[in-house]
Amino acid sequence: MKTDVTIRGGVHTDLQHDSAAKHVTGRATYTDDINEPKGLIHACLGVSDVAHGTLNAIDYTDVLAAPGVIGLITADDLTGSNDISPTGRGDEPVFPTETIQFHGQPLFAVVAESRMQARRAAELAKIDVTPLPHITDVSEAIAADYPMVTEPLKLQRGDVETALKSAPHRLQGSMRIGGQDHMYLEGQIAMAVPGEDDEMLLHCSTQHPSEAQHMVAHALGVPSNAVSVNVRRMGGGFGGKESQMNLFCVVAALAARKWGRAVKIRPDRDQDMTATGKRHDFVVDYDVSFDGDGRIHGFDGTYAARCGFSADLSGPVTDRALFHADNAYFYPHVRLVSKPMKTNTVSNTAFRGFGGPQGVIAAERVMEEIACVLGKDPLEVRKANFYSARGGDLTPYHQEVNDSILDRLVGELEDSSDYQARRKAVLDYNARGGIIRKGIALTPVKFGISFTATWFNQAGALIHIYNDGSIALNHGGTEMGQGLNTKIAQVVAEAFQVDFDRIKITKTTTEKVPNTSATAASSGTDLNGMAALNAAEQIKARLVKFACEHWNVAPDGVRFAANMVHAGAESIPFDSFIKQAYMARVQLSATGFYKTPKIHWDRAAGKGTPFYYFAYGASVSEVSIDTLTGEYQIERSDVLHDVGLSLNPALDLGQVEGAFIQGVGWLTTEELWWDEAGRLRTHAPSTYKIPLASDRPREFNVKLADWSQNRERTIKRSKAVGEPPFMLGISVFEALSMAVASVADYRECPRLDAPATPERVLMAVERLRAGGTGQGDTGQADG
Amino acid sequence: MPHRPHIQFLLNGTTTRLSQVGADDMLLDYLRDERRLTGSKEGCAEGDCGACTVLVGRLHQGVLRYETVNACIRLLASLDGCHVVTIEHLSGTDGRLHPVQQAMVDFHGSQCGFCTPGFVMSLYALWMKNAAPSEQQVETALQGNLCRCTGYEPIIRAALAMTRYGSASDDLLRVERASITASLQALQDGKRVVVENAGSQAILPADVDDLAQVLLETPDATIVAGATDVGLWVTKMLRSISPAVHVGHLEGLKQITTTDGDLTLGAGVTYSECEQALGDAFPHIPEFWDRIAGWQVRNMGTVGGNIANGSPIGDTPPLLIALGAEITLRHGKNSRTLPLEVFFIAYGKQDRAPGEFVHSIRIPRSGSETLNAAYKISKRRDEDISSVCAAFNVTLRDGKITAARIAFGGMAAIPKRAKASEAALIGQQFSAASLDAAAAALPQDFTPLSDWRAGADYRMKVSQNLFRRFYLEQSDSDQPVRLERA
Repeated sequence: MKTDVTIRGGVHTDLQHDSAAKHVTGRATYTDDINEPKGLIHACLGVSDVAHGTLNAIDYTDVLAAPGVIGLITADDLTGSNDISPTGRGDEPVFPTETIQFHGQPLFAVVAESRMQARRAAELAKIDVTPLPHITDVSEAIAADYPMVTEPLKLQRGDVETALKSAPHRLQGSMRIGGQDHMYLEGQIAMAVPGEDDEMLLHCSTQHPSEAQHMVAHALGVPSNAVSVNVRRMGGGFGGKESQMNLFCVVAALAARKWGRAVKIRPDRDQDMTATGKRHDFVVDYDVSFDGDGRIHGFDGTYAARCGFSADLSGPVTDRALFHADNAYFYPHVRLVSKPMKTNTVSNTAFRGFGGPQGVIAAERVMEEIACVLGKDPLEVRKANFYSARGGDLTPYHQEVNDSILDRLVGELEDSSDYQARRKAVLDYNARGGIIRKGIALTPVKFGISFTATWFNQAGALIHIYNDGSIALNHGGTEMGQGLNTKIAQVVAEAFQVDFDRIKITKTTTEKVPNTSATAASSGTDLNGMAALNAAEQIKARLVKFACEHWNVAPDGVRFAANMVHAGAESIPFDSFIKQAYMARVQLSATGFYKTPKIHWDRAAGKGTPFYYFAYGASVSEVSIDTLTGEYQIERSDVLHDVGLSLNPALDLGQVEGAFIQGVGWLTTEELWWDEAGRLRTHAPSTYKIPLASDRPREFNVKLADWSQNRERTIKRSKAVGEPPFMLGISVFEALSMAVASVADYRECPRLDAPATPERVLMAVERLRAGGTGQGDTGQADG
Repeated sequence: MPHRPHIQFLLNGTTTRLSQVGADDMLLDYLRDERRLTGSKEGCAEGDCGACTVLVGRLHQGVLRYETVNACIRLLASLDGCHVVTIEHLSGTDGRLHPVQQAMVDFHGSQCGFCTPGFVMSLYALWMKNAAPSEQQVETALQGNLCRCTGYEPIIRAALAMTRYGSASDDLLRVERASITASLQALQDGKRVVVENAGSQAILPADVDDLAQVLLETPDATIVAGATDVGLWVTKMLRSISPAVHVGHLEGLKQITTTDGDLTLGAGVTYSECEQALGDAFPHIPEFWDRIAGWQVRNMGTVGGNIANGSPIGDTPPLLIALGAEITLRHGKNSRTLPLEVFFIAYGKQDRAPGEFVHSIRIPRSGSETLNAAYKISKRRDEDISSVCAAFNVTLRDGKITAARIAFGGMAAIPKRAKASEAALIGQQFSAASLDAAAAALPQDFTPLSDWRAGADYRMKVSQNLFRRFYLEQSDSDQPVRLERA
């Protein structure tokens, strides 16, 4: 249905983020920028200074006597429910009453006239605690028989015991994978404004307004219809605002009700980082058998995670680690077990990839180690294990992989990056034996798209066309920088064939679209785009019917094109057409709805089709390391990534580039470090180092696989883009490992743990030079 | 002369006078809360993320200079006599985007947008200095700006293209330069400024003699230069620094004097201000200098402050100790001079009496037979605090080492010389074996700690390896001994 004149900002076109001009001028409004209601007061959390202990009493005398203090919010104020567990497990109190579970755990809130007064007063509580032994480390938690925070998952297929014993080669190993702080530039924040009766309005920075709404309602003991949650935009989310804002929303709302005044709570960066969850650290133990071509026969993996003191989203996170333990590879016989361990640390939560990256990187380590044993290029081993492009291969969860494009995608990237010649050059360079060593690695990613909690795979939207032809669009997704609003407005512009600018994108609010899912799991566009399209199509159907009657044409004689509506021989500008429809009493508003088809998941059986489709990508990175200091730099990275038929290639490219660097940060300089007392000591950008501009690859070539189309009927055949490219950063980690391995002539896998800080790189170099660990191929079958 | 009881400065286009200003009041809070200029954001409140970046213009010997600063740790009182330029001042009154802003829009330089105003301000400052920067210059300008969404690539593209969007000569701050200069001159009255808010006091002495006098009157005052450390006492430790005595505005502490024999920095000279002079005198310094903090902090922080606060992980003390620097302290009308290395007594303890202040730093030039090097090791290349800092100053005669000064930061509770390693070198040939022997002696002087920046083993190992690097860099090798920045 191409026309000679097109609209501005339809689908499959590059378009700026709809707020770009507001971003660069500072006029984009974030929660802290909203004009404060008269009489607004400030809350601040008071926190524990032990990692584990019995809470005997808190003496608030000095807190209450501090300048500007209005009062306290304690567990006693939680008349509704003192629990903000997102999965309803009842294991996450707003404020604990008996046991302190981690260093920095919020125990109360103080409310004062100014934010500084509240912060100063919060330090003054005298907390009477009887300390208990604490554990922050995953391995120590297992050794001490600490409980799991939620039920583990087991995925199994084939006969892994026999496969491990009968294959020509076998290796066993372990990998420690660090966590990651979200370090969204805008920290957590909530502002509650009390209304009449039991009403409460919240402005906050959350990926999950419906959950914030429900949590506040429970805490206040009021029905959900009394609570409204508004989110215009977030200054970054990355999963850190999927459940972590609950605490702040609840505290603000409790205080707002208690004093009948608007209340804002905005923790400082340090409290944001110590009191809210992060990406899970993992320890992965693997036992793998393979043949002389590097083909895996049996794969047995245990995935233990530092979950923190409560479940939060650790169940689905550790599940997703198992769902991605295969990455792009077919394991004929497999057993995967998760261990979501309790630790005396802040409860870990969602973070871009949601456990998937930890599963993927362990798979890549195994590929590297097999290559090391066999003396092969790891890429050869990777390719030998790819899921067949012809389909038919089953994942460990018994879903058939039938949409793999990795053979083509990796082949193209291998060529465009000149991988083979560059690998040879790297080997030659290292053979000179200098201080500087190089490494190069190509790693693929396959990522399953859908919430594994099937019911979350639904979305709603609301479209109004006003009688001047302007369009208002709401949907259940939230804008955190990914350009979701832009993409969905493009879908609606395309549907009505009007310019993008005609569509007003407004804040996400629970008042417009109810019962929404978190904007998470990369699903924002897939779900909300389809819901918006559904709403648009309902209105369009009414408009077509009206046009047929009014101009006496058949339905196929009505056509929307380039800001016009054509009805037979008549061509009417969109706004006058709408005006006429209004005069003819056509309903110009609709709610849309969508639920993802085909998916189902039986967790108890470990079988099903949890994912609607897979997104694919691959990257090649070349690095240099300094073997005297462990310092390194990324010389070049090439990326080819699959977003299906892109709704907006410019925005998708931005997601891929940004995710890559964020993944690199996770695996290189971002280190979470707890001291003996159980205190997180890397809790602000001064101590926790996310990548800077100068950490980028010296050459960075990023392309979308523009030939790819989603085989499923997703929104305009596009694919989700938020999370999958995060794992492309693994090529950097693998390249670092190769550079390290060069000092021992690649005979031994360096077994780098993540993050590969300069310290870990140097110590691995030293270890290999000193003769290594002696681990590796246990070679039982061939002696 | 009576004190002036208020500060006065230009905020964008408006002359502003404030009398209720406390020692702990920050520029960012003032902008956001009092003036509702909410374009500048708080991301970290410690000068590490750059979301609050604004420009501060100040007259230096009559010449107006603008620099990027972190408003989150910039004390409000210190802005007396300055021009503060925020993101709100950039786009034209007709709403047209500034060239830097338009480039950022066109190249998709923002995603969530929260860091964006800060990036725009840093790029704006760069654009005024150098409208067509190289990629490396852009990276250096952005060392103090964190973005968590874009991965920086589109921002770099925008920065490299911004010159195509307009000329700095048309920029508002250029066009109005003469009138802004006149306005700032009119704000200067040579008076001591004393401002208070609810019992919290900030003092801006009229000149260096007045500073000496103020400190005699209030010997326990907090001396504030760039506030890149003191600012965090307020924002992070919630301490009150009242009474605060500011020195950053004093021209008398901003002198840079060079002679044939030495180079002397006033204690109020910022990292940025002495970069050129130090680089001219010591070729090994520029590469090291760029690794100190980010641009905003280098524009605020002073070498004198880096010394006076006594941190064991400050970047400049090891460098300066190795070069044999001396500092002069002043107390009232009296001055004394001492080698920098003896100023550091123990962790948190320096040889500075109450009421005394660091006045200047004298650095002797190195002879042609002296080999100098300075290395910083950190988890992240840029804008990070050292795991280890090492500086070498080794003098040779006929191939033999006649003198050696080697200093480390991050290896002990104070910045400290490696005396045993130095001794191992004296009288030896400058050879790999000698340097290895000196490295082997290092544990005699240092027992480093493990913390979140680095483990003790790594600190020792990398420090020892730096002796090897130092040797290899001086020898002729066809192979690189360090990472090469393309």
